[in-house]
Amino acid sequence: MEILYLLIPIAMLLLVVIAAFFFWSVKSGQMDDLEGPAYRILMDDDDVKHDRKSKDHKETR
Amino acid sequence: MTTNNTSTKPIIDNSKDHGCFHCGLPMNESKLTTLIDDQHQPMCCAGCQAVAEAIVKSGNKDYYRYREQKSETGHELVPEFLDQIKAYDHPALQKQFVFEESGSIRQVSLIIEGIVCAACIWLNEKYLQQLPGVLNVQINYSTHRAQLSWDDEKIKLSQILEAIANIGYMAHPYDPQTQQKIFEDQRKLLIRQLGIAGLFGMQVMIFAVALYGGDWWGISESFKTFFRYLSLLLTLPILFFSAQPFFKGAVKDVQLKRAGMDVPVTLGLTLAFSASCYNTWMGISDVYFDSVAMFVFLLLSVRLFELSARKKAAEKIESLTNLTPTLCNRLDTKGDIEVVPTVELTLTDSFLVKPGEIIPTDGVLISPHALVDEALLTGEPYAVNKVAGDILIGGSYNLQQPIKLQVHHLGQDTVLSGIKRLIEQAQSFKPDVAILADRVASVFVLVLLVLVTITGIYWWQIDPARVLPIMVATLVVTCPCALSLATPASLSAAIGSLTRNGMLVARSRALEVMPKIDTVIFDKTGTLTTGVLSLNQQQDFNVDQHDFNRQVAHSLELQSEHPIAHALVNDNIQTLVVKSLINVPGQGLQGEIEGEIYYIGNAEFIKKVAEFPENLKFNQQMQQVHLARSGQWLASFDFSDPLKVDAKETVQQLIKRGLNVRILSGDSFGYVSSIAKQLGIEHFDADQLPDDKLNKVKQLQSQGHKVAMIGDGINDAPVLAAADLSISLSLGTDLARAAADMVINGGQLAPLINAHKTTTKMMNVIRQNFSWAIMYNIAAVPFSMAGLIQPWLAAIGMSLSSLIVVVNALRLRV
Repeated sequence: MEILYLLIPIAMLLLVVIAAFFFWSVKSGQMDDLEGPAYRILMDDDDVKHDRKSKDHKETR
Repeated sequence: MTTNNTSTKPIIDNSKDHGCFHCGLPMNESKLTTLIDDQHQPMCCAGCQAVAEAIVKSGNKDYYRYREQKSETGHELVPEFLDQIKAYDHPALQKQFVFEESGSIRQVSLIIEGIVCAACIWLNEKYLQQLPGVLNVQINYSTHRAQLSWDDEKIKLSQILEAIANIGYMAHPYDPQTQQKIFEDQRKLLIRQLGIAGLFGMQVMIFAVALYGGDWWGISESFKTFFRYLSLLLTLPILFFSAQPFFKGAVKDVQLKRAGMDVPVTLGLTLAFSASCYNTWMGISDVYFDSVAMFVFLLLSVRLFELSARKKAAEKIESLTNLTPTLCNRLDTKGDIEVVPTVELTLTDSFLVKPGEIIPTDGVLISPHALVDEALLTGEPYAVNKVAGDILIGGSYNLQQPIKLQVHHLGQDTVLSGIKRLIEQAQSFKPDVAILADRVASVFVLVLLVLVTITGIYWWQIDPARVLPIMVATLVVTCPCALSLATPASLSAAIGSLTRNGMLVARSRALEVMPKIDTVIFDKTGTLTTGVLSLNQQQDFNVDQHDFNRQVAHSLELQSEHPIAHALVNDNIQTLVVKSLINVPGQGLQGEIEGEIYYIGNAEFIKKVAEFPENLKFNQQMQQVHLARSGQWLASFDFSDPLKVDAKETVQQLIKRGLNVRILSGDSFGYVSSIAKQLGIEHFDADQLPDDKLNKVKQLQSQGHKVAMIGDGINDAPVLAAADLSISLSLGTDLARAAADMVINGGQLAPLINAHKTTTKMMNVIRQNFSWAIMYNIAAVPFSMAGLIQPWLAAIGMSLSSLIVVVNALRLRV
């Protein structure tokens, strides 16, 4: 079980990395709207005919 | 969006309810339709039709498939509105809220009104993305705020705002650097603290489980020590970063010599942590790092919920405050108009105000006459006459012809700013409500300290080696977790419930005050009545000419901006051609119809041209307008301000709930008494000046009554601030809202009843929570004092008691 003395510190290092990622995600505004994205994903433009004309079709496809 | 096949969900079928397809209002014989998915859908008005057509034309008809609620009624865009939003293109004004990214790329934050469900967000984003020149748009679903960037060379900001208005929403820019920014920073910090407490807390738990398991099945001493030190290390960021809000709160409480919940929380955290550190160092018995971590995590998550609920209410209140462009027309020495931001005006300047515009600052009238609407100040939607030399108050509306004014006061010296200061003063004198939690906390801290001391002294004499472990166990068991969760959890649940039911809570303390209220005072105007004059009765003196009289009155008043005029204008009446119309300011109108000159206006005006009819009933309680032609008094029109639909029901319900309902009004006795009679209100006071109202409220308070005041005018604001609980209407003035503890969203009164019910229930839940938390402590403390409680048992008991408190509070979220 002596391997724990190595594995646990590695896990702790990972933890610090994860915490850093978390701070970054808060800073970049990913936590600003916790409700919207759940709905956003359900609503895509099904009106294909029109979608070809709209300028942002690359983003929605 | 509960179904997973949204793309095949049919467009909501309206044939059953026969209402407007767009907004759901009754059709009222409207024949308008809009072609949506090859079907002619009914539209109740031209506004809705225009909005629906704009949506379909832009290829976003799927909006109707996705939406979960009816949209707001559409409005036709009036030229004044378009003029007004043009002002947003002015560079001087844009400096206040537009951020220039590079070259012609600009960025702005918008408040979007009219959003009712996620489909609205979708529609707005899609629609705006399609506009050439709009680079990026992001709408926040929970705050209804949008971040928009655009290329100023391709599209103007006013065109974007107009586009949003085209699909039935209202957008106005706001300055995100203010209140919003503070809230947002608070929330981000709290999320970080919560995240750290969660992440590190979970690791601490892992080692705690290993240690508990080790106690049971055996563990080598070296691993035990290793795990303890690791837990200690992992708890450090939780204590020194995540738990900061509690430490800060406790320091503040101690400085102000009051006992809040933060004091016992801090005490518990510090003692549990330092004792665990000591045990780790000495290599003895139990550590409580897991309890510390979980405690901080739970408390922080409730704080986040509470902050979000409050933020939401604050945002709604803020979005009601429409930022009108503060531009004005400065006149230079030659009399030419120059559009400048109001802040650039100086005391020597004069300025021009067009009809329908807001007077930008206090000014002395240069033009001979003016008709203004001071509803903002008085709450009375009636036009007031002013003559040259009078002082016009900044913020009131100019109703008739363009007027010239000389600047009288600016900025801080204006009447409005003066009233704002009065309100702030009144609020600072308002007695602080002793929150139940604070009182319980102070008792709790005292009892806790006494108990721990007794335990310490007792065990010192029996077995000195066990003093520290037992004292710490006692502290952990009595951990005020459930106690400190009891109030905030209930508060945030109640605020959420109230907000959904149309009552915005500006100050959460108000929730604890509401159930204690025994007197409810209504300010008559605008609160109990609709505030819109309507034609009540028409007396004709040429008997057979009823319809013709009405037609003439309609045709003449169609040209007028006077509030009473609107009550006489009716789209169903055929308009006659009016020639050579003359507006006599403050008196009335005259105009030529079918070769004859007609006069309409107040009694003095008509008396000049016609004989006073003997059988005319003068009505003191109502406003009257008279119609005549040369030598002949034709008709008199009586107007009244009708009661709100739910006014009677609400008042009756309040009385039924044991509240004393009163009216304090500035109106004449006859009028107030007739309204009180209709509503079944016994106590009322008429002819009250703002000072009288204030004295009356203070008098009632000195008799031991708890007073809730419901008002909407600026003159009500000092009274609102003085009352124990103040409620304002979202349709009222900004200042009244600023002084209010709660704001009723929309013009109805019914949310009052629900708020009273919910807050009463909330106080019950808080009391239950406290009783439970205290009972739990009373039951557990003797065992821990006797040294019988294992640390894992203490931890389970603590979590369970917290869980029960939170679940109980969630019952309020109905």
